Amino acid sequence: MLNQFFTYEFLQNTFYTGLLIGLIGPLLGTFVVVRRLSLIADALSHVTLGGIAFGLFMEKKYGLFFLTPFYTGMGFSVIGSVFIERLRSVYKAYQELAIPIILSGGVGLSVIFISLANGFNTDLYNYLFGSVSAVSRNDLWSIVIITIIVLTVLFSFYKELFMLSFDEEHAVVSGIHAKRIHFLFIVLTALVISASIRIVGVLLVSALMTLPVAASIRIARGFKQTILFSVIFGEISVIIGLITGYYFEIPPGGTIVMTSIFILILTIFGKKVWNYFTRRTVIK
Amino acid sequence: MTSPIVRMQHVSYAYESKHALHDINLEIPTGAFLGLVGPNGGGKTTLIKLLLGLLKPQKGSIELFGERIEHFKNWNKIGFVSQKANSFNRGFPATVKEVVSTGLTPNIGYFRFFTKQHKQKVEYAVDLVGMKDYLNTNIGSLSGGQQQRIFIARSLVSNPALLILDEPTVGIDTENVQKFYDLLHQLNEENNISLLLVSHDIGTMTKHANGIACLNKELHFHGDTHSFANLSENQLSNFYGHPLQVVTHQHE
Repeated sequence: MLNQFFTYEFLQNTFYTGLLIGLIGPLLGTFVVVRRLSLIADALSHVTLGGIAFGLFMEKKYGLFFLTPFYTGMGFSVIGSVFIERLRSVYKAYQELAIPIILSGGVGLSVIFISLANGFNTDLYNYLFGSVSAVSRNDLWSIVIITIIVLTVLFSFYKELFMLSFDEEHAVVSGIHAKRIHFLFIVLTALVISASIRIVGVLLVSALMTLPVAASIRIARGFKQTILFSVIFGEISVIIGLITGYYFEIPPGGTIVMTSIFILILTIFGKKVWNYFTRRTVIK
Repeated sequence: MTSPIVRMQHVSYAYESKHALHDINLEIPTGAFLGLVGPNGGGKTTLIKLLLGLLKPQKGSIELFGERIEHFKNWNKIGFVSQKANSFNRGFPATVKEVVSTGLTPNIGYFRFFTKQHKQKVEYAVDLVGMKDYLNTNIGSLSGGQQQRIFIARSLVSNPALLILDEPTVGIDTENVQKFYDLLHQLNEENNISLLLVSHDIGTMTKHANGIACLNKELHFHGDTHSFANLSENQLSNFYGHPLQVVTHQHE
Protein backbone atom coordinates (compact mmCIF):
# COMPACT_ATOMS: atom_id res chain seq x y z
CA MET A 1 0.00 0.00 0.00
CA LEU A 2 2.69 2.47 1.08
CA ASN A 3 4.71 1.55 -1.97
CA GLN A 4 1.80 2.17 -4.27
CA PHE A 5 1.00 5.34 -2.43
CA PHE A 6 4.40 6.77 -3.27
CA THR A 7 4.36 5.44 -6.81
CA TYR A 8 0.96 6.68 -7.96
CA GLU A 9 0.24 10.38 -7.90
CA PHE A 10 -3.52 9.78 -8.08
CA LEU A 11 -3.41 7.90 -4.76
CA GLN A 12 -1.62 10.78 -3.11
CA ASN A 13 -4.16 13.24 -4.54
CA THR A 14 -7.03 11.15 -3.27
CA PHE A 15 -5.53 10.65 0.15
CA TYR A 16 -4.72 14.32 0.71
CA THR A 17 -8.14 15.35 -0.56
CA GLY A 18 -9.68 12.79 1.76
CA LEU A 19 -7.87 14.26 4.75
CA LEU A 20 -9.00 17.79 3.79
CA ILE A 21 -12.67 16.93 3.33
CA GLY A 22 -12.55 14.79 6.47
CA LEU A 23 -11.68 18.03 8.22
CA ILE A 24 -13.95 20.62 6.61
CA GLY A 25 -16.97 18.34 6.06
CA PRO A 26 -17.66 17.52 9.70
CA LEU A 27 -16.41 20.95 10.83
CA LEU A 28 -19.02 22.81 8.81
CA GLY A 29 -21.38 19.87 9.29
CA THR A 30 -21.55 20.59 13.02
CA PHE A 31 -23.11 23.97 12.27
CA VAL A 32 -25.33 22.43 9.59
CA VAL A 33 -26.67 19.82 12.02
CA VAL A 34 -27.32 22.09 15.01
CA ARG A 35 -29.07 24.59 12.76
CA ARG A 36 -31.29 21.72 11.55
CA LEU A 37 -30.20 22.20 7.95
CA SER A 38 -29.00 18.64 7.31
CA LEU A 39 -31.32 18.25 4.35
CA ILE A 40 -29.96 21.37 2.69
CA ALA A 41 -26.68 19.53 2.20
CA ASP A 42 -28.61 16.85 0.31
CA ALA A 43 -30.39 19.38 -1.86
CA LEU A 44 -27.13 21.13 -2.69
CA SER A 45 -25.38 17.89 -3.57
CA HIS A 46 -28.07 17.13 -6.14
CA VAL A 47 -27.73 20.59 -7.62
CA THR A 48 -24.00 19.94 -7.80
CA LEU A 49 -24.79 16.77 -9.77
CA GLY A 50 -26.74 18.95 -12.19
CA GLY A 51 -23.67 21.13 -12.55
CA ILE A 52 -21.41 18.14 -13.04
CA ALA A 53 -23.70 16.74 -15.72
CA PHE A 54 -23.64 20.14 -17.39
CA GLY A 55 -19.82 20.10 -17.24
CA LEU A 56 -19.66 16.58 -18.71
CA PHE A 57 -22.00 17.67 -21.49
CA MET A 58 -19.96 20.77 -22.28
CA GLU A 59 -16.75 18.74 -22.20
CA LYS A 60 -18.15 16.27 -24.65
CA LYS A 61 -19.78 18.76 -27.01
CA TYR A 62 -17.34 21.61 -27.02
CA GLY A 63 -14.25 20.39 -25.19
CA LEU A 64 -13.86 23.57 -23.18
CA PHE A 65 -10.95 22.77 -20.91
CA PHE A 66 -11.75 25.39 -18.28
CA LEU A 67 -15.35 24.23 -17.85
CA THR A 68 -14.48 20.98 -16.10
CA PRO A 69 -17.29 19.19 -14.24
CA PHE A 70 -15.57 20.11 -10.98
CA TYR A 71 -15.99 23.83 -11.60
CA THR A 72 -19.44 23.67 -13.15
CA GLY A 73 -20.55 21.54 -10.20
CA MET A 74 -19.16 24.10 -7.79
CA GLY A 75 -20.82 26.93 -9.70
CA PHE A 76 -24.22 25.23 -9.71
CA SER A 77 -23.88 24.42 -6.02
CA VAL A 78 -23.20 28.04 -5.07
CA ILE A 79 -26.04 29.30 -7.30
CA GLY A 80 -28.31 26.65 -5.76
CA SER A 81 -27.42 27.88 -2.27
CA VAL A 82 -28.44 31.40 -3.24
CA PHE A 83 -31.75 30.06 -4.59
CA ILE A 84 -32.42 28.15 -1.38
CA GLU A 85 -32.01 31.35 0.60
CA ARG A 86 -34.35 33.22 -1.75
CA LEU A 87 -36.96 30.47 -1.54
CA ARG A 88 -36.73 30.31 2.23
CA SER A 89 -37.65 33.97 2.45
CA VAL A 90 -40.45 33.55 -0.12
CA TYR A 91 -42.04 30.66 1.82
CA LYS A 92 -41.51 31.96 5.33
CA ALA A 93 -44.03 29.58 6.87
CA TYR A 94 -42.80 26.57 4.88
CA GLN A 95 -39.05 26.99 4.96
CA GLU A 96 -38.38 23.30 4.36
CA LEU A 97 -40.21 23.56 1.04
CA ALA A 98 -37.07 25.11 -0.47
CA ILE A 99 -35.30 21.76 -0.10
CA PRO A 100 -37.51 19.52 -2.30
CA ILE A 101 -37.77 22.32 -4.87
CA ILE A 102 -34.00 22.68 -5.18
CA LEU A 103 -33.38 18.94 -4.89
CA SER A 104 -35.78 17.97 -7.65
CA GLY A 105 -34.57 20.87 -9.74
CA GLY A 106 -31.03 19.52 -9.42
CA VAL A 107 -32.06 16.00 -10.40
CA GLY A 108 -34.14 17.34 -13.29
CA LEU A 109 -31.18 19.27 -14.67
CA SER A 110 -28.94 16.25 -14.21
CA VAL A 111 -31.25 13.99 -16.20
CA ILE A 112 -31.48 16.50 -19.03
CA PHE A 113 -27.73 17.08 -19.32
CA ILE A 114 -26.90 13.40 -18.89
CA SER A 115 -29.09 12.41 -21.80
CA LEU A 116 -27.84 15.33 -23.91
CA ALA A 117 -24.32 14.02 -23.25
CA ASN A 118 -25.50 10.61 -24.51
CA GLY A 119 -26.20 8.81 -21.28
CA PHE A 120 -24.35 7.22 -18.46
CA ASN A 121 -20.63 6.64 -18.50
CA THR A 122 -18.03 5.61 -15.94
CA ASP A 123 -17.25 9.22 -15.12
CA LEU A 124 -20.78 9.79 -13.96
CA TYR A 125 -20.74 6.58 -11.95
CA ASN A 126 -17.68 7.95 -10.14
CA TYR A 127 -19.48 11.19 -9.41
CA LEU A 128 -22.43 9.35 -7.94
CA PHE A 129 -20.54 7.06 -5.59
CA GLY A 130 -17.06 8.54 -5.35
CA SER A 131 -13.77 7.24 -6.63
CA VAL A 132 -10.24 6.67 -5.41
CA SER A 133 -8.75 7.62 -8.75
CA ALA A 134 -10.72 10.65 -9.87
CA VAL A 135 -8.84 13.49 -8.19
CA SER A 136 -6.37 15.32 -10.40
CA ARG A 137 -3.55 17.50 -9.09
CA ASN A 138 -5.54 20.54 -10.20
CA ASP A 139 -8.61 19.37 -8.30
CA LEU A 140 -6.44 18.87 -5.24
CA TRP A 141 -5.19 22.45 -5.42
CA SER A 142 -8.73 23.77 -5.77
CA ILE A 143 -9.73 21.75 -2.72
CA VAL A 144 -6.75 23.11 -0.78
CA ILE A 145 -7.94 26.62 -1.60
CA ILE A 146 -11.53 25.77 -0.58
CA THR A 147 -10.21 24.37 2.70
CA ILE A 148 -8.26 27.55 3.42
CA ILE A 149 -11.33 29.68 2.66
CA VAL A 150 -13.59 27.56 4.87
CA LEU A 151 -11.14 27.55 7.77
CA THR A 152 -10.51 31.29 7.56
CA VAL A 153 -14.19 32.23 7.43
CA LEU A 154 -15.18 29.83 10.21
CA PHE A 155 -12.33 31.02 12.41
CA SER A 156 -13.18 34.69 11.84
CA PHE A 157 -16.93 34.34 12.35
CA TYR A 158 -16.96 31.51 14.85
CA LYS A 159 -18.56 33.41 17.71
CA GLU A 160 -21.20 35.04 15.52
CA LEU A 161 -22.05 31.76 13.80
CA PHE A 162 -22.29 30.02 17.14
CA MET A 163 -24.57 32.72 18.54
CA LEU A 164 -26.75 32.59 15.43
CA SER A 165 -26.97 28.81 15.61
CA PHE A 166 -27.89 28.74 19.26
CA ASP A 167 -30.49 31.50 19.37
CA GLU A 168 -31.22 33.36 16.17
CA GLU A 169 -33.67 35.78 17.77
CA HIS A 170 -31.19 36.83 20.44
CA ALA A 171 -28.49 37.28 17.82
CA VAL A 172 -30.73 39.53 15.73
CA VAL A 173 -31.84 41.58 18.74
CA SER A 174 -28.18 42.05 19.65
CA GLY A 175 -27.39 43.50 16.24
CA ILE A 176 -25.62 40.56 14.59
CA HIS A 177 -25.98 40.69 10.81
CA ALA A 178 -27.84 37.41 10.71
CA LYS A 179 -28.75 37.42 7.04
CA ARG A 180 -25.25 38.15 5.77
CA ILE A 181 -23.62 35.61 8.03
CA HIS A 182 -26.18 33.00 7.13
CA PHE A 183 -25.55 33.67 3.45
CA LEU A 184 -21.82 33.27 3.93
CA PHE A 185 -22.47 30.03 5.75
CA ILE A 186 -24.65 28.54 3.04
CA VAL A 187 -22.10 29.43 0.35
CA LEU A 188 -19.41 27.71 2.41
CA THR A 189 -21.64 24.64 2.58
CA ALA A 190 -21.95 24.65 -1.19
CA LEU A 191 -18.15 24.87 -1.55
CA VAL A 192 -17.54 22.00 0.88
CA ILE A 193 -20.05 19.83 -0.94
CA SER A 194 -18.48 20.43 -4.33
CA ALA A 195 -15.05 19.70 -2.84
CA SER A 196 -16.18 16.41 -1.32
CA ILE A 197 -18.06 15.01 -4.28
CA ARG A 198 -15.13 13.48 -6.14
CA ILE A 199 -14.35 11.23 -3.22
CA VAL A 200 -17.65 10.40 -1.53
CA GLY A 201 -19.99 10.99 -4.45
CA VAL A 202 -23.17 13.01 -4.83
CA LEU A 203 -25.45 10.54 -3.13
CA LEU A 204 -23.40 10.28 0.03
CA VAL A 205 -21.77 13.67 0.43
CA SER A 206 -24.26 14.91 3.02
CA ALA A 207 -23.47 11.81 5.08
CA LEU A 208 -19.90 13.00 5.55
CA MET A 209 -21.25 16.27 6.96
CA THR A 210 -23.87 14.77 9.24
CA LEU A 211 -22.98 11.24 10.40
CA PRO A 212 -19.76 12.14 12.29
CA VAL A 213 -21.68 14.98 13.96
CA ALA A 214 -24.55 12.68 14.87
CA ALA A 215 -22.04 10.41 16.62
CA SER A 216 -20.19 13.28 18.27
CA ILE A 217 -23.33 14.94 19.64
CA ARG A 218 -24.06 11.80 21.65
CA ILE A 219 -20.90 12.00 23.71
CA ALA A 220 -19.45 15.53 23.52
CA ARG A 221 -19.76 18.18 26.16
CA GLY A 222 -20.15 21.62 24.66
CA PHE A 223 -19.90 22.87 21.12
CA LYS A 224 -16.14 22.98 20.66
CA GLN A 225 -15.84 19.38 21.79
CA THR A 226 -18.64 18.42 19.40
CA ILE A 227 -16.63 19.92 16.55
CA LEU A 228 -13.44 18.19 17.69
CA PHE A 229 -15.02 14.73 17.94
CA SER A 230 -16.86 15.23 14.64
CA VAL A 231 -13.60 15.97 12.86
CA ILE A 232 -11.86 12.99 14.49
CA PHE A 233 -14.72 10.67 13.49
CA GLY A 234 -14.76 12.20 10.00
CA GLU A 235 -11.04 11.62 9.51
CA ILE A 236 -11.21 8.05 10.81
CA SER A 237 -14.08 7.29 8.42
CA VAL A 238 -12.28 8.80 5.45
CA ILE A 239 -8.99 7.00 6.13
CA ILE A 240 -10.52 3.59 6.78
CA GLY A 241 -13.02 4.07 3.96
CA LEU A 242 -10.37 5.02 1.39
CA ILE A 243 -8.05 2.15 2.27
CA THR A 244 -10.75 -0.51 2.24
CA GLY A 245 -12.35 1.00 -0.85
CA TYR A 246 -9.01 0.83 -2.64
CA TYR A 247 -8.28 -2.76 -1.63
CA PHE A 248 -11.69 -4.16 -2.42
CA GLU A 249 -12.18 -1.95 -5.46
CA ILE A 250 -15.37 -0.46 -4.09
CA PRO A 251 -16.26 3.22 -4.57
CA PRO A 252 -15.00 4.90 -1.38
CA GLY A 253 -18.33 6.70 -0.84
CA GLY A 254 -19.83 3.41 0.31
CA THR A 255 -16.99 2.38 2.59
CA ILE A 256 -16.61 5.87 4.13
CA VAL A 257 -20.30 6.13 4.94
CA MET A 258 -20.48 2.60 6.32
CA THR A 259 -17.47 3.33 8.53
CA SER A 260 -19.15 6.44 9.93
CA ILE A 261 -22.37 4.52 10.54
CA PHE A 262 -20.32 1.93 12.40
CA ILE A 263 -18.77 4.71 14.53
CA LEU A 264 -22.24 6.13 15.14
CA ILE A 265 -23.53 2.77 16.39
CA LEU A 266 -20.45 2.38 18.59
CA THR A 267 -20.99 5.77 20.25
CA ILE A 268 -24.69 5.16 20.84
CA PHE A 269 -23.95 1.76 22.31
CA GLY A 270 -20.89 3.00 24.21
CA LYS A 271 -22.91 5.84 25.74
CA LYS A 272 -25.53 3.37 26.96
CA VAL A 273 -22.89 1.18 28.56
CA TRP A 274 -21.21 4.23 30.08
CA ASN A 275 -24.50 5.49 31.54
CA TYR A 276 -25.25 2.04 32.91
CA PHE A 277 -21.98 1.84 34.80
CA THR A 278 -21.86 5.44 36.02
CA ARG A 279 -25.40 5.17 37.32
CA ARG A 280 -24.37 2.06 39.24
CA THR A 281 -21.50 3.82 40.94
CA VAL A 282 -23.75 6.71 41.99
CA ILE A 283 -26.09 4.30 43.76
CA LYS A 284 -23.19 2.71 45.64
CA MET B 1 -30.78 64.52 39.58
CA THR B 2 -29.65 61.91 37.09
CA SER B 3 -31.82 61.52 34.05
CA PRO B 4 -34.19 58.55 34.06
CA ILE B 5 -33.13 55.35 32.34
CA VAL B 6 -36.08 55.48 29.98
CA ARG B 7 -38.16 58.45 29.00
CA MET B 8 -40.94 58.00 26.47
CA GLN B 9 -42.86 61.06 25.42
CA HIS B 10 -46.08 60.94 23.39
CA VAL B 11 -45.00 57.72 21.73
CA SER B 12 -47.41 56.12 19.27
CA TYR B 13 -46.97 53.08 17.10
CA ALA B 14 -49.29 51.33 14.65
CA TYR B 15 -48.90 48.19 12.57
CA GLU B 16 -50.28 49.18 9.18
CA SER B 17 -53.59 50.65 10.29
CA LYS B 18 -53.92 48.94 13.67
CA HIS B 19 -53.00 51.05 16.65
CA ALA B 20 -50.71 49.19 19.00
CA LEU B 21 -49.65 52.06 21.23
CA HIS B 22 -51.19 55.46 21.59
CA ASP B 23 -49.60 58.50 23.18
CA ILE B 24 -47.45 56.74 25.75
CA ASN B 25 -45.64 58.79 28.38
CA LEU B 26 -43.46 56.65 30.59
CA GLU B 27 -40.43 57.29 32.74
CA ILE B 28 -38.39 54.59 34.37
CA PRO B 29 -36.10 55.98 37.09
CA THR B 30 -32.76 54.46 38.03
CA GLY B 31 -33.14 51.53 40.37
CA ALA B 32 -36.75 50.80 39.43
CA PHE B 33 -38.34 47.38 39.56
CA LEU B 34 -41.21 48.08 37.24
CA GLY B 35 -43.84 45.53 36.34
CA LEU B 36 -45.48 46.03 32.96
CA VAL B 37 -48.89 44.40 32.89
CA GLY B 38 -51.79 44.42 30.48
CA PRO B 39 -53.95 42.17 28.33
CA ASN B 40 -52.59 40.18 25.39
CA GLY B 41 -52.38 42.39 22.35
CA GLY B 42 -52.18 45.43 24.62
CA GLY B 43 -48.84 46.48 23.19
CA LYS B 44 -46.41 45.18 25.80
CA THR B 45 -44.16 43.48 23.29
CA THR B 46 -44.37 46.48 20.95
CA LEU B 47 -43.24 48.73 23.77
CA ILE B 48 -40.24 46.50 24.44
CA LYS B 49 -39.34 46.37 20.76
CA LEU B 50 -39.40 50.17 20.73
CA LEU B 51 -37.11 50.29 23.74
CA LEU B 52 -34.71 47.83 22.13
CA GLY B 53 -34.61 49.91 18.96
CA LEU B 54 -36.13 47.12 16.87
CA LEU B 55 -39.05 49.38 15.96
CA LYS B 56 -39.02 53.14 15.47
CA PRO B 57 -41.80 55.21 17.04
CA GLN B 58 -44.03 56.84 14.46
CA LYS B 59 -44.79 59.69 16.82
CA GLY B 60 -43.09 60.97 19.93
CA SER B 61 -39.60 60.48 21.25
CA ILE B 62 -37.69 57.97 23.32
CA GLU B 63 -34.63 58.72 25.43
CA LEU B 64 -32.41 56.05 26.91
CA PHE B 65 -30.01 57.07 29.66
CA GLY B 66 -30.62 60.72 28.77
CA GLU B 67 -29.76 60.22 25.11
CA ARG B 68 -32.16 60.20 22.18
CA ILE B 69 -32.63 56.64 20.97
CA GLU B 70 -31.60 57.61 17.41
CA HIS B 71 -28.12 58.45 18.71
CA PHE B 72 -27.93 55.80 21.40
CA LYS B 73 -24.92 53.52 21.01
CA ASN B 74 -24.44 51.84 24.39
CA TRP B 75 -26.77 48.93 23.71
CA ASN B 76 -24.80 46.75 26.12
CA LYS B 77 -26.34 48.83 28.92
CA ILE B 78 -29.65 47.12 28.18
CA GLY B 79 -30.03 43.39 28.71
CA PHE B 80 -33.00 41.48 27.34
CA VAL B 81 -34.34 38.08 28.30
CA SER B 82 -36.87 37.00 25.73
CA GLN B 83 -40.04 35.05 26.27
CA LYS B 84 -38.76 32.55 23.75
CA ALA B 85 -35.45 32.10 25.52
CA ASN B 86 -36.44 28.76 26.97
CA SER B 87 -37.94 27.38 23.80
CA PHE B 88 -34.46 26.79 22.36
CA ASN B 89 -33.30 23.48 20.93
CA ARG B 90 -32.64 21.39 24.04
CA GLY B 91 -30.39 18.99 22.21
CA PHE B 92 -28.01 21.79 21.32
CA PRO B 93 -24.52 20.74 22.38
CA ALA B 94 -23.40 23.87 24.22
CA THR B 95 -22.06 24.31 27.73
CA VAL B 96 -23.32 26.97 30.10
CA LYS B 97 -20.05 28.82 29.56
CA GLU B 98 -20.50 28.83 25.79
CA VAL B 99 -24.11 30.02 26.02
CA VAL B 100 -23.32 32.86 28.42
CA SER B 101 -20.37 33.89 26.25
CA THR B 102 -22.76 34.71 23.40
CA GLY B 103 -23.93 37.64 25.54
CA LEU B 104 -20.54 39.23 24.87
CA THR B 105 -20.36 38.45 21.16
CA PRO B 106 -21.92 41.74 19.96
CA ASN B 107 -19.71 43.77 22.33
CA ILE B 108 -16.52 42.17 21.18
CA GLY B 109 -17.34 42.82 17.56
CA TYR B 110 -16.37 41.18 14.29
CA PHE B 111 -12.85 39.80 13.80
CA ARG B 112 -12.02 40.01 17.49
CA PHE B 113 -11.70 37.13 19.89
CA PHE B 114 -12.45 36.21 23.48
CA THR B 115 -9.79 37.17 25.97
CA LYS B 116 -9.11 36.16 29.54
CA GLN B 117 -11.08 39.17 30.80
CA HIS B 118 -14.11 38.11 28.82
CA LYS B 119 -13.87 34.66 30.36
CA GLN B 120 -13.76 36.19 33.83
CA LYS B 121 -16.87 38.24 33.04
CA VAL B 122 -18.66 35.08 31.97
CA GLU B 123 -17.70 33.28 35.16
CA TYR B 124 -18.76 36.25 37.25
CA ALA B 125 -22.18 36.44 35.59
CA VAL B 126 -22.76 32.72 36.04
CA ASP B 127 -21.72 33.03 39.67
CA LEU B 128 -24.14 35.94 40.13
CA VAL B 129 -27.11 33.80 39.17
CA GLY B 130 -25.87 31.03 41.45
CA MET B 131 -24.93 28.53 38.74
CA LYS B 132 -21.16 28.46 39.20
CA ASP B 133 -21.02 24.68 39.59
CA TYR B 134 -22.57 24.19 36.16
CA LEU B 135 -20.12 26.17 33.99
CA ASN B 136 -19.13 23.14 31.93
CA THR B 137 -22.50 21.40 31.91
CA ASN B 138 -24.50 21.08 28.71
CA ILE B 139 -27.39 23.55 28.82
CA GLY B 140 -29.87 20.91 27.68
CA SER B 141 -29.37 18.82 30.79
CA LEU B 142 -30.43 21.62 33.17
CA SER B 143 -33.95 22.14 34.49
CA GLY B 144 -36.20 24.89 33.12
CA GLY B 145 -35.55 27.17 36.10
CA GLN B 146 -31.80 26.69 35.85
CA GLN B 147 -31.89 27.40 32.13
CA GLN B 148 -33.76 30.61 32.83
CA ARG B 149 -30.96 31.63 35.18
CA ILE B 150 -28.42 30.95 32.47
CA PHE B 151 -30.33 33.19 30.05
CA ILE B 152 -30.32 35.92 32.67
CA ALA B 153 -26.57 35.44 33.08
CA ARG B 154 -26.23 35.79 29.31
CA SER B 155 -27.91 39.20 29.55
CA LEU B 156 -25.94 40.19 32.64
CA VAL B 157 -22.54 39.41 31.21
CA SER B 158 -22.33 42.69 29.32
CA ASN B 159 -22.98 44.49 32.61
CA PRO B 160 -26.32 46.15 31.81
CA ALA B 161 -27.90 48.92 33.89
CA LEU B 162 -31.38 47.91 32.76
CA LEU B 163 -32.64 44.38 32.38
CA ILE B 164 -35.84 43.76 30.41
CA LEU B 165 -37.54 40.42 30.97
CA ASP B 166 -40.47 39.31 28.82
CA GLU B 167 -42.71 36.78 30.58
CA PRO B 168 -39.72 35.13 32.21
CA THR B 169 -41.56 32.67 34.45
CA VAL B 170 -43.64 30.92 31.79
CA GLY B 171 -42.96 27.21 32.06
CA ILE B 172 -41.24 27.34 35.44
CA ASP B 173 -42.70 25.55 38.45
CA THR B 174 -43.93 27.45 41.51
CA GLU B 175 -41.00 26.72 43.79
CA ASN B 176 -38.50 27.92 41.22
CA VAL B 177 -40.57 31.00 40.46
CA GLN B 178 -39.99 32.06 44.08
CA LYS B 179 -36.23 31.50 43.74
CA PHE B 180 -36.32 33.38 40.48
CA TYR B 181 -37.87 36.44 42.10
CA ASP B 182 -35.32 36.22 44.92
CA LEU B 183 -32.65 36.47 42.26
CA LEU B 184 -34.37 39.48 40.68
CA HIS B 185 -34.53 41.23 44.06
CA GLN B 186 -30.85 40.53 44.60
CA LEU B 187 -29.95 41.96 41.19
CA ASN B 188 -32.14 44.98 41.79
CA GLU B 189 -31.08 45.77 45.35
CA GLU B 190 -27.47 44.57 45.60
CA ASN B 191 -26.27 44.96 42.02
CA ASN B 192 -28.27 48.13 41.29
CA ILE B 193 -29.73 46.81 38.07
CA SER B 194 -33.03 48.39 37.10
CA LEU B 195 -35.64 45.90 36.02
CA LEU B 196 -38.53 46.06 33.60
CA LEU B 197 -40.56 42.90 33.94
CA VAL B 198 -43.37 42.07 31.53
CA SER B 199 -46.02 39.72 32.79
CA HIS B 200 -49.68 38.95 32.59
CA ASP B 201 -49.59 37.72 36.18
CA ILE B 202 -50.74 40.80 38.08
CA GLY B 203 -50.80 38.98 41.40
CA THR B 204 -47.10 38.11 41.43
CA MET B 205 -46.20 41.51 40.03
CA THR B 206 -47.82 43.42 42.84
CA LYS B 207 -45.96 41.21 45.27
CA HIS B 208 -42.49 41.87 43.90
CA ALA B 209 -42.30 45.00 41.78
CA ASN B 210 -42.10 48.45 43.33
CA GLY B 211 -43.92 50.08 40.44
CA ILE B 212 -46.60 48.98 38.02
CA ALA B 213 -47.42 50.19 34.54
CA CYS B 214 -50.66 48.96 33.06
CA LEU B 215 -50.75 49.02 29.30
CA ASN B 216 -53.67 48.51 26.97
CA LYS B 217 -52.85 50.52 23.86
CA GLU B 218 -52.70 53.49 26.20
CA LEU B 219 -50.86 53.67 29.46
CA HIS B 220 -53.75 53.36 31.91
CA PHE B 221 -51.82 53.41 35.09
CA HIS B 222 -48.30 54.11 36.16
CA GLY B 223 -47.44 54.41 39.81
CA ASP B 224 -46.22 52.53 42.84
CA THR B 225 -47.48 49.09 43.65
CA HIS B 226 -49.35 50.24 46.72
CA SER B 227 -51.68 52.57 44.87
CA PHE B 228 -52.11 49.98 42.13
CA ALA B 229 -53.22 47.43 44.71
CA ASN B 230 -55.76 49.95 45.98
CA LEU B 231 -57.42 50.30 42.61
CA SER B 232 -60.90 48.91 42.55
CA GLU B 233 -61.66 45.90 40.46
CA ASN B 234 -63.93 48.09 38.38
CA GLN B 235 -61.10 50.39 37.45
CA LEU B 236 -58.89 47.46 36.53
CA SER B 237 -61.58 45.91 34.41
CA ASN B 238 -61.91 49.21 32.60
CA PHE B 239 -58.21 49.15 31.79
CA TYR B 240 -58.42 45.65 30.46
CA GLY B 241 -61.65 46.21 28.63
CA HIS B 242 -63.24 43.16 30.24
CA PRO B 243 -64.11 41.99 33.76
CA LEU B 244 -61.12 40.87 35.75
CA GLN B 245 -60.50 39.12 39.00
CA VAL B 246 -57.21 39.88 40.63
CA VAL B 247 -55.57 38.82 43.83
CA THR B 248 -53.17 41.60 44.68
CA HIS B 249 -50.51 41.28 47.33
CA GLN B 250 -49.69 44.17 49.60
CA HIS B 251 -46.07 44.75 50.45
CA GLU B 252 -45.38 44.07 54.06
